[in-house]
Amino acid sequence: MLALLVLIPIVAFIAILAGAPARLTALASSVVNLALGIAVAIAPTWEKWSFSVQVLSTPKLNLAFGVIDGMSAIMILLSVIVTVAAVLSGKAPEGREKLYFGSSLLISAGALGAFASTDLFFFYAFHELALIPTFLMIGILGRGDRRDAAWKITIYLGLGSIVLLAGLVGLASVTGTFDIVGMLKNKTAIDPVAQKSIAGLLIVGFGTLVSLFPFHSWAAPAYASAPAPVAMLHAGVLKKFGLYGLLRLAVPLLPEGMQAWLTPLLVLLLGNILWVGLVTINQKRLDTLLGNSSVMHMGYIFLAIAALVAGKDANSIARPAAVILMFAHGISIALQFSLADKIERRTGSLDLDDMGGLAKAAPSLAFIFGLGAMASIGLPGLANFAGEVMVFLSSFQNYDASAGLGPVQIACILSIWGVVISAVYMLRAYRRIFQGPAVKSTESVADLTLADKIPALLLVVALLAVGLYPNLLLNLMK
Amino acid sequence: MPAYLLEAFTVTLGLILLMAEAFSSKTSKAWIGKAAALGLTGLIVAAFFAVGPIQKPEAEWASWPLWNFYHFEGLARFYKLFALFTTLLVVLLSVDFRSVLAKFTEEPGSEAGTGEFYALPVFACAGMMWMASAKDLAGAFVALELVTISFYILVAFMRRNVGSLEAGVKYLILGALSTGFLVYGIAWIYGSTGTMNLSDLPSKIHHLQSPIPLLFGIALVMVAMSFKVGAVPMQVWIPDVYQGAPTPTTAFLSVGSKAAGFILLIRFLTPFLAEGSPVRTQVLGLLLILACATLLFGNLAAIPQTNFKRLLAYSSIAHAGFLLLALAAWAPDSANLLGSAKAVSFYLATYLLMTLGTFFVLAQIRIQADGERIEDFNGLGKRNPLLAIALTILLAALAGVPLTAGFLGKFFVFSLAVKAQLWWGVGLGFVAAAAGFYYYFKTIRAMWWQPAASDAKPLVLPPITRYAVAVLTVAVLVIGVWPNPILWLLG
Repeated sequence: MLALLVLIPIVAFIAILAGAPARLTALASSVVNLALGIAVAIAPTWEKWSFSVQVLSTPKLNLAFGVIDGMSAIMILLSVIVTVAAVLSGKAPEGREKLYFGSSLLISAGALGAFASTDLFFFYAFHELALIPTFLMIGILGRGDRRDAAWKITIYLGLGSIVLLAGLVGLASVTGTFDIVGMLKNKTAIDPVAQKSIAGLLIVGFGTLVSLFPFHSWAAPAYASAPAPVAMLHAGVLKKFGLYGLLRLAVPLLPEGMQAWLTPLLVLLLGNILWVGLVTINQKRLDTLLGNSSVMHMGYIFLAIAALVAGKDANSIARPAAVILMFAHGISIALQFSLADKIERRTGSLDLDDMGGLAKAAPSLAFIFGLGAMASIGLPGLANFAGEVMVFLSSFQNYDASAGLGPVQIACILSIWGVVISAVYMLRAYRRIFQGPAVKSTESVADLTLADKIPALLLVVALLAVGLYPNLLLNLMK
Repeated sequence: MPAYLLEAFTVTLGLILLMAEAFSSKTSKAWIGKAAALGLTGLIVAAFFAVGPIQKPEAEWASWPLWNFYHFEGLARFYKLFALFTTLLVVLLSVDFRSVLAKFTEEPGSEAGTGEFYALPVFACAGMMWMASAKDLAGAFVALELVTISFYILVAFMRRNVGSLEAGVKYLILGALSTGFLVYGIAWIYGSTGTMNLSDLPSKIHHLQSPIPLLFGIALVMVAMSFKVGAVPMQVWIPDVYQGAPTPTTAFLSVGSKAAGFILLIRFLTPFLAEGSPVRTQVLGLLLILACATLLFGNLAAIPQTNFKRLLAYSSIAHAGFLLLALAAWAPDSANLLGSAKAVSFYLATYLLMTLGTFFVLAQIRIQADGERIEDFNGLGKRNPLLAIALTILLAALAGVPLTAGFLGKFFVFSLAVKAQLWWGVGLGFVAAAAGFYYYFKTIRAMWWQPAASDAKPLVLPPITRYAVAVLTVAVLVIGVWPNPILWLLG
């Protein structure tokens, strides 16, 4: 059944190429997928979900899908929710509907395929499938310095993928199988030297895809110039592939290898939170600000991974913490990119200096954007809070006061400053866009229409539901 | 049907085409190409019914001494089909390319003097098919020369074009040099083992007093083969010849000639790489050095190219590097690993699909935009979106993006190299793949992101090219997720 999740958007893509009405087809397929995704989250253990056909007998490769555990289900849920929102809120330029909606569907299909795959080969392959349309869309339909931004993301992610491929080939050769479920079940003892080199490749490979400092400089310009659905799908969903991969493969299979890289990882994630955080404060445009903030927030999830590795405890709360934060960040950043696009369409600019007083003319836009900003800062009641608090707590789980602060605890203490940094740039951006006296470009702006509100509300509901009742997702993680 | 008839029929087809050409009207020659395509299609069908003494030992012809020189099994059939299919596509490409060809031959503007261009590939094809079955070094040499001599003419066919002539001369000189190496190497092998028959070699090489003369002979033959497959140390001719030769010839060189070279290399090396052979380690070491040097040279030199045809030339060297890497990791088929011979064959089959597809598009750009630079692809996404999508898929496949056929080929090679623990080769392979990603995507970038030149017209494809590109692109995608058809053909 899970094969349908991937098949539906691909079939819809072909239908769009063949001449079906682009927006309608995209919408229909993503709504069907939303229903399927919710069904997966409700009944993740249903055995009919899994699907497998043998593609190759030597070496044994299966095109196999399945819900490995709650993490897969949550990532699938995230993907289908963001896809619906992206298709609903996207507005294609005249005459480019096919390209616009078709590519969005391909990105969604690739992300879903990667999260649902239980075969290492297709896990990697589907992610690549999603990258190509991402590059093309930024280059063709982007804004501003689209060509430079698109070329930068192409090269960075292309090279990152190849490093990752080297790591995955190594992993497959030491475990002797491509079946992820089989790997996790047998957990054959892998030679520590091999563990160390494979873990290094995976951290750099997956890390580049998640914009781990210092491989992050592709992210902000790419998101700033990407069309709204691409920014939503990539920052919200596809980027999580790298974190998912680390949590799925590197942490359980290479415990000693990850341990060896713990200190460098901690330094790099502090680079994400503090360095990129300070860079974010200095941004003058909303789109680059959001792009940088999304890089910064990845640091918290890496902190959860570090805590998980350091704790050597499979039942640590670090794992659910990371997953919830991935979900929350995916939804909140998608909401923010979608609203930033709305603002730009109304005022013609995203420069913070050109704006002010937008709340008067567009109160519901201001309200929903405010919610997104609060979520991103980590205000209680919204999903990100649950994730961030759990991440910080997990760093101190099993903390032995007599032994003094370990590296993870020190990193955690420094990371908490990130919350302050987020508050500074988010609140400042909110104030400069929505409050103060109205300027010329914001005076006669139309508020969100009902059609604009539906996708935004979908995302807000997801944020609130998880924020107020995190057990929705936590139960899945058990 | 006994297998040797395939070559006989192919040569006959070539002769008939030449005769018909001589008696046909001077102005229209395209029908010769179409007739050749028809004949080749028939031969492709016939190849499925070909049998040898292994399959049919009771037949009268099965005891003929011919079979001391000629070998027929699954791999031979695969490479005969490979040669026929490549030739078929090249001939079709030539039919669409004839307007450019006519500009530079006998009477500029008329098709007089272009007829042989459709017959010569058929002769080369017969040589390639024989190479796939070669069992004796003398026979292999003759077959190889048939291919090379046909190519001398094909490369220099546009004789009023300086580039084509220059390419012809370069190819001739280096080809002659490599022939010299080949003959000299064969002589040393014969001198040290007393046989030229590859199936007798395993028993002879065990009783050598010293392996040095044999190794010297093997090294010389490998140098000569590296000319055919386009690998270091005989790779210098490739960029200039590829760029100067008529586009169909370039396509034929880069696919047909390379594949024939590889099957001959596999046949030649098999006895020396068998378990227990006294020269196994040295030959593997030599292969690894060649593979690493080829990977480095091909990929690094491709990065700064601005001419697309030249870029494809370097990419052809780069792919030869991956193929050599699979040979350097020599392994027989096993339970969870595809053996080297099969991995190379699979890689070549995928390479055929993607490269010929790309050449079909390139030929149209050459005809309609009168250029072969990367910037001539600017704005193709607007001028013909479907073609741009197809070329994007083909180039992504060449770069080795997953879910396309090109990825699986590289994947098999890397699996072999990791299994054999050739860390230098694996490391360089990944560097090469990364470089490849960069230079193939440069063209994709030009197609989609750069605006078209102001006077650019929409690009309309002639029917043959349209169908060929569509079929090849779909095949690249299908093989990428379902590689079994090629593996079935490999047996």
